Amino acid sequence: MAKTKIMLEKRLTVPTSIKALVPVIAIFLALIATSVFFIIGGKNPIEMYMEMFGGAFGSFYGLSETVVKSIPLLICALGVSIAFRMQLYNTGAEGQLYMGALAATYVALFVPNIPLALRLPAMMLASLIAGALWAFIPAISKALWDVNEVITTLLLNYVAILTVESLLFGAWKDPDGFNFPQTAPFDQSFRFPLLGPSRIHMGLVIGLILTILLYIVFTKTKWGYEIRIMGESKRVAKYSGMNIQRNIVIVLCLSGALAGLAGMSEVSGVSGRLIRNISDNFGYSAIIIAWLARLNPFMIIVVSFLFGGLLSSGTIIQMAGLPASTSYMLQGTILFFVLAGELFVRYKVRFIKQEVE
Amino acid sequence: MSLALLIAVLAAAISAGTPLLYAALGEVITERTGVQNLGLEGMMLTGAVMGYIAAITSGNPWVGFAVGALGGGVLSLVHAVLVISFKANQVVSGLALTIFGQGFSGFIGKNYIGIPLPTKFELFRIPLLGDIPIIGNILFRQDALVYLSYLLVPMIFIFMFKTRAGMTMRSLGENPAAADALGVNVFKMRYFYVFVGGLMSGMGGAYLSLAASPSWLENMTAGRGWIAIALVIFSQWNPVRAMMGAYIFGGIDALGYRLQTIGVTFSPIYLKMLPYIITIAVLIFTTIMSRKKHLSAPEALGLTYNREER
Repeated sequence: MAKTKIMLEKRLTVPTSIKALVPVIAIFLALIATSVFFIIGGKNPIEMYMEMFGGAFGSFYGLSETVVKSIPLLICALGVSIAFRMQLYNTGAEGQLYMGALAATYVALFVPNIPLALRLPAMMLASLIAGALWAFIPAISKALWDVNEVITTLLLNYVAILTVESLLFGAWKDPDGFNFPQTAPFDQSFRFPLLGPSRIHMGLVIGLILTILLYIVFTKTKWGYEIRIMGESKRVAKYSGMNIQRNIVIVLCLSGALAGLAGMSEVSGVSGRLIRNISDNFGYSAIIIAWLARLNPFMIIVVSFLFGGLLSSGTIIQMAGLPASTSYMLQGTILFFVLAGELFVRYKVRFIKQEVE
Repeated sequence: MSLALLIAVLAAAISAGTPLLYAALGEVITERTGVQNLGLEGMMLTGAVMGYIAAITSGNPWVGFAVGALGGGVLSLVHAVLVISFKANQVVSGLALTIFGQGFSGFIGKNYIGIPLPTKFELFRIPLLGDIPIIGNILFRQDALVYLSYLLVPMIFIFMFKTRAGMTMRSLGENPAAADALGVNVFKMRYFYVFVGGLMSGMGGAYLSLAASPSWLENMTAGRGWIAIALVIFSQWNPVRAMMGAYIFGGIDALGYRLQTIGVTFSPIYLKMLPYIITIAVLIFTTIMSRKKHLSAPEALGLTYNREER
């Protein structure tokens, strides 16, 4: 009797073709798996996907909206990827984004007499600091006592969202806003300039600059190399004299700072005021994007653009009578398949026929 | 605070703590075998929505509870396949479960928001025990699922620490290679206990939508899955301590409502933040204390087991 045995052999080098192929196949399989739910919802999945694709990428308007959605995804995912490099899991990008938006709003509405040229930089700086501070308690407790940062950063998301809501329903509510939970609109000087005849704003430029910056830091600097070593082997890092504790704090706070900046970019570039649900789960999608892009900054641009398309086609999903949560379900499914696909990146899978007597 | 109010708060604490208890017990079991499943939030939501839909469709809350458990269990199997067979990163897989569970529960629950349950789990008094002054009113005037959880805690404790099978189970989390050498099928056993953990998370979710606050709302667990994970660390992977922790957190939840009724003026939004902030504080404190006492998580927790690399 012949029995097939599966053998896993660790790859020493990963061929580029595998690296590129695995995520593509994973997304494709996720689309197939999710079509089951479209069928349950009474929709023809092929038609739905065609419509979603057309809506997100098929027209100038659709494309520009996709880019608008991909800006916060890009900035957050870059932030998350910094921490991932050191094998730290910042699951709190969502909350850091809210706090960044809050700090930027404070600057725009309540700080008087800022010189015109410094208004946007001041908002950006405030959001970077707020995001970093929001990551500080998880960071310092991880560094000092190895407290699980997944749980602390994640729980702070709830606190951040509630903090923003308490202000929107209370002290910061626009007196002329017909009782909507939102702040007064910002003065034009606190708004990111738009790029061309669409809603695409300067946040895109900032995201792209950050991408290049991170690429340089990760590949060309000693520090970029060190944080990867510290993530891979604490022992090696320690013996070569790296200060792990200090770098945990720096890396997590930097990661939070970028997510905070994404919040500023949203209030300044898109909504022009602080509103509820300022984030469309950007901070959670960022985790998937960073993972899917294998932490490569340029791949993060590509994947953010794809996920931006998924979010901007959300209106099409809703017009078809399916709930907005459909897109989160699809995102989760994509991550399932990407995780499964990792096996083929890390190992050579062999099927061996064995003769069993 | 009057005695009657105190009793009411404590009874409410038990009920509010029960979803956390089910989920935390499940995660204690899963983590004891060396697998970390951070997807409790997603499994609880899946359990809550599937339990709710099944209870409405069948008209029987017990059917709802069973289906809710199964919903959590099936989702946990996805985690098992990914981290045991495909050797995927356990943290990221848990997050994937959470994101998927939030989306999935919102998707299938959309048409059930605002639809009332035909029958829910009712409170009933246990004869004799329910007549004990004070304690009876707190502990023994609850619903059937709370009583079920009272039974589960000692059963799991005895299984884990007093039986051979329980010892084998713990060895999977401490030293899987040694267990393997003794002829234990590490992969199969881990699959089984991850599934059990998922079932219990589903039960916790179903308790929420069928008994604690009978309704279905999108994301109704509101972070309870994450609080339950923190409770597991607080409990030092011990079911009895998990029970204590769950009731303390249930108490914080319940106190929020009651404080308002006795006229304590405190913004309700700050009360809503309290459970998260206290969880973070407790997690930090517990981690510091267990480091001092050199207590630690199961040795192999979160590590992929590779037979070839023994």
